[in-house]
Amino acid sequence: MKLSYYPGCSLHGTALFYEKSVQEVCGQLNIELTEIPDWNCCGASSAHMTSHEIGMRLPMRNLLIAAELGHDILVPCAACFQRLKAAEKSLREDPGYWDITDYPADLKIIHISSLLADEQIAQKIRQNIKIRLEGLNLACYYGCLSLRHPKITGVSNYEQPETLETIVSSVGAKPVSWSHKTECCSGSLIVARPDIAQKLVGDIVAAALRAGADGLVTDCPMCQVNVESRQFDLSSSDHLPVFFGTELISAALKGQYPSKQEKMHLVDADILANVIETAPQIREETV
Amino acid sequence: MSNNTISPQQGNRKFLQKLEERGVDVQACYQCGRCSAGCPITEFFDLTTMEVVRLAAYGMEDLLLSSKAIWLCAACETCATRCPNDIEIAVLMDVLRELALRKGVKPAEPRVQMFHQSFLGSIENWGRAYEVGLIAGYKMKSKDFMGDMKLGMKMFFQGKLSLKPHSIKGKSEIKKIFSGKGKEYER
Repeated sequence: MKLSYYPGCSLHGTALFYEKSVQEVCGQLNIELTEIPDWNCCGASSAHMTSHEIGMRLPMRNLLIAAELGHDILVPCAACFQRLKAAEKSLREDPGYWDITDYPADLKIIHISSLLADEQIAQKIRQNIKIRLEGLNLACYYGCLSLRHPKITGVSNYEQPETLETIVSSVGAKPVSWSHKTECCSGSLIVARPDIAQKLVGDIVAAALRAGADGLVTDCPMCQVNVESRQFDLSSSDHLPVFFGTELISAALKGQYPSKQEKMHLVDADILANVIETAPQIREETV
Repeated sequence: MSNNTISPQQGNRKFLQKLEERGVDVQACYQCGRCSAGCPITEFFDLTTMEVVRLAAYGMEDLLLSSKAIWLCAACETCATRCPNDIEIAVLMDVLRELALRKGVKPAEPRVQMFHQSFLGSIENWGRAYEVGLIAGYKMKSKDFMGDMKLGMKMFFQGKLSLKPHSIKGKSEIKKIFSGKGKEYER
């Protein structure tokens, strides 16, 4: 399978280790990625929140470059995914408004979890993992932007999504049933209003703890850094790590979770390595 | 007090027309409150989301542009997703923020706006977000020098914060986007 790849700024900065796990998993699953040449920032929330024009033109530039490559576009970041989809929708509905009339009709924008939860790929993961992450209870945390607004994302079960649950189950861990799957982590308020971020993150982590989770798993680099970093300020000693779905898959396929990767977390994340240590190996050969 | 009296007669026609152009039908609101009930930030708002929608329907532009609510909205889209009348409430918030900036209304939450400005400044300069630069810019603007120092240091030593900007080749195209090319027809 060949896909164009839009990493986005987080994956080249604060979430470099997410990028590494995405590349690893795609390599392990024979998904060939071609990075969109000279891509620019999608504008994230800040652009569309303060300027419609800039908020649309920034992601459109990326779409036009991707159109030349011709493959569907894989996006690991929830915010980038939403902005690219919003630009795509506007381009298709009103190309004349943007003076862009040659955007191809068949190009798809794919968020990483819907790719990895696809039946065929999930089966491939199940068949090829070296280790089942048994005993690991995880709260699947989607946040906002890979789901909402469904008119933009095209997601149908946006209140009770299941892609991360599928991923967690396919590596043998257990997704817990909990209340804050799609709650907001405060997004870009994290810097300017840390008090609000702390309240929202506190609620999310408390809900995951109530459900008996050992950690959270997400597919949004901003949720990941927000929820881990704002636990710093919480008085509770029960901090929970936030893993990326791709970290779990990569670890299960390799049968190990490198300590270099583990150290990239802002809160203690040794639970994954501990589970792997005690899990029985199910196959020797590599993928 | 009198100029805060809510009356449909004060409705601002240009403002309502702008909302219509962006597909925001504020008149469809029957005040059920699902938007406010789902809003994760509502307890920090000065106006509830439902009040923002109704005030917009009354054309109470000035009151809205000077509210904290428009800056504290995180654009999570929960309100619009759950609205039974399909009102694009998050787009309404976008329109209000953009209008406030264009009209030079002082943001009621200045630090939030300073963050957006620093973030966008970094994209305008380099084409991609440059974390160290944008945080430094934000700190200069907001005078919030000490906030998150410990966190910042930790992330720096993890190798997550590059001292060099992530610069792209097509910077002139990005500059063009920021210069307002495409806005020629008064958008």
